[in-house]
Amino acid sequence: MVETFAALAEPNRFRIVELLRAGPRTVNAIGERLDLNQPQVSKHLRVLKEAGLVDVEARAQQRVYGLRAAPLRELHDWLDRYRQLWDARARALDDLLEEMENPHGRRKR
Amino acid sequence: MADANADLLTTHVERIAPNELQIRRAFRAKPQTVFNAMTNPELLKRWWAPCSLGVILHSAEADVRVGGRYRYVFGKAGEPTMAFNGRYLEVEPGARVVYTQVFEPMPQAGEGIITSVYAAHPLGTLFTQNERFPSKEVLDGVLASGMERGMRETLDQLAELVPTL
Repeated sequence: MVETFAALAEPNRFRIVELLRAGPRTVNAIGERLDLNQPQVSKHLRVLKEAGLVDVEARAQQRVYGLRAAPLRELHDWLDRYRQLWDARARALDDLLEEMENPHGRRKR
Repeated sequence: MADANADLLTTHVERIAPNELQIRRAFRAKPQTVFNAMTNPELLKRWWAPCSLGVILHSAEADVRVGGRYRYVFGKAGEPTMAFNGRYLEVEPGARVVYTQVFEPMPQAGEGIITSVYAAHPLGTLFTQNERFPSKEVLDGVLASGMERGMRETLDQLAELVPTL
């Protein structure tokens, strides 16, 4: 999971993953679509591959990169990430609300 | 019942439709207090950008009445700011607010409609917020970009966060 997130933390890698959600593509096709040069794309794909996010397959003379399903299922934790944010907010709110309802510092709990 | 109440004191986020999220959390305070804490810009600064996430709420303005507008500007210290803005569609003090939400860095995503309900509950208040986006794709994008941005901002805190996922 840490690797997945770290790999995606780089904006261009995130864009590559978003692009591959539509289907497998070659390095050149990815580069053209995202306006990146071939060495940049290859470098990003290497990181994504190490994180287990993409797989490579040889087709004729070309290497085609596609998404791997398993780590992407983990990406459904997007939602959990949002929950984490709201949980942190709610805990900060708990303190504020207690202060608002007990302005003289008397603690209820 | 005690268990159910304890459960409500943790935050629940559910995707209740392809383009809609629902957040639920109980608070040990009266609905009017929770409403005030969540709508008053000065109070909002105390909780909306939790310092544990490394994000600062730089400014918050809110004219909380039907047709009034709000804008929250936030970001990590020393980095470019981002903002949400929108307008209030319904305002029932202490009970309910409906407002639009535009995330300024992603104007193409269009407007979300946020409905916040503050209901009296044995614990104090049950807060339920529905966030409806124009499409499933927009909600995917909002969640994905939030994650990506969060990651870039707080990679150093990631190690703490991940084991709890």
